Amino acid sequence: MGAPVTARVLVAKPGLDGHDRGAKLVSRALRDAGFEVIFTGIRQRAEEIAAIAAQEDVQVVGLSILSGAHVALTRKVMDALRAEGADDVQVVVGGTIPQRDVPLLLDAGAVAVFPTGTPLDDLVAAMRALTAGAARA
Amino acid sequence: MSSAPGNPAAPAPAPSPGAGAAELLRRARLGHAASTGRLLSLVEQGGAPAREVARVALPLTGSCFTVGITGPPGAGKSTLTGRLVGALRARAARVAVLAVDPSSPFSGGAILGDRIRMQEHALDGSVFIRSMATRGHLGGLSLAVPEAVRLLDAAGFDWVLVETVGVGQVEVEVAGVADTTVVVVNPGWGDDVQAAKAGLLEVADVFVVNKADRPGAAQSRLELEHMLTTSRADRAWRPPVVTTVACEDLGSREFLEALNRHLTWSERSGQLVTGRTGRLWTEVESIVTARLLARAQVRLGDPQTSEVRSLLAARVLDPWTAADRLLDVTS
Repeated sequence: MGAPVTARVLVAKPGLDGHDRGAKLVSRALRDAGFEVIFTGIRQRAEEIAAIAAQEDVQVVGLSILSGAHVALTRKVMDALRAEGADDVQVVVGGTIPQRDVPLLLDAGAVAVFPTGTPLDDLVAAMRALTAGAARA
Repeated sequence: MSSAPGNPAAPAPAPSPGAGAAELLRRARLGHAASTGRLLSLVEQGGAPAREVARVALPLTGSCFTVGITGPPGAGKSTLTGRLVGALRARAARVAVLAVDPSSPFSGGAILGDRIRMQEHALDGSVFIRSMATRGHLGGLSLAVPEAVRLLDAAGFDWVLVETVGVGQVEVEVAGVADTTVVVVNPGWGDDVQAAKAGLLEVADVFVVNKADRPGAAQSRLELEHMLTTSRADRAWRPPVVTTVACEDLGSREFLEALNRHLTWSERSGQLVTGRTGRLWTEVESIVTARLLARAQVRLGDPQTSEVRSLLAARVLDPWTAADRLLDVTS
């Protein structure tokens, strides 16, 4: 008897920014859409995020960054995920991100970017697409 | 951050899709968190991959101690669990934590936030924390928890702590997976415990009165001791009552000592072995029950039930007779 495959995602706030209202809103929306959401809390280091992603075997890590340091932090998290052996985790970034930085983030390895103002429905739909076929081999 | 011994600079290999359970377990035993995480996902998903994991893990199990930590919401269980991890790490033990939270009955999703209270261990390679949702399992603990505990045992952890909210029958379920069951309450516990009186008092091997800096702590402890004297006088093990202030890491050492006292008693009295054997059978019962329930739901959803449903609506059949008909029983 196999359980229905439920997608697991990590919502993380790297760096020094302490405003987590947006991250909590997104977490609740994802839960209401059927996701299991692990929330790390604020002020996480890249190594901590990677360690948690590995332990929790999440499909997606969502970085919520309102500090402006999104490119540097995304690169750090990607490096940390690689070092942890969690290469197949997909990284998405949300927060105060100017359009001109979106290509930089995608270049750094993020698979999607959700600047502030992205409708929650769009975000949830994108997450569903990223986690379709969530079964682990 | 974990890496293979002898080669600390090399990045750990990703658990490749299709890496079999045996290879994942080999890496897990070397401390690769991603491999342990992947194995736990396979266990949760069930089916053939989970069976393969169970098969390779079983011979390597038997050496770890399991502690269940339960109690009313808000008692401070997650914080206390984090402190217990710290006390165990001071003795160089490898510790794993399963933090179980309920899935939403509406969406099937969950917010799993217990690990926020255990962040001091985020970069300790000898601590592994995994959040699990109940995924619709009636009774409060995911059906996969006992298998997840065995997997962590096989991966080489000395202790597995299972932390969950005790509401309704959950405390009974937690006792079903643990060598030692801890019930955590706060001062003024009376109302909380009265509501689940039989469950919490009966299953506890150790009581913790957390947030003991609040008024009424001493009184609560006395009341607990009194209840234990009157209602459990005939039992061989008298649960110690420990007071803690988990957010300030007070009482953690005494808590660990109380756990060790229970484990020592369990080993000497034979209860450890008896308990473990009994729990394996209880697990089989749970699995069989869940499977029969699934079959019943298939039967009830079958279009061929429409005739019975019409007769029921027309009050030609009463529900009991209708059920007999669906089960092909002649009464």
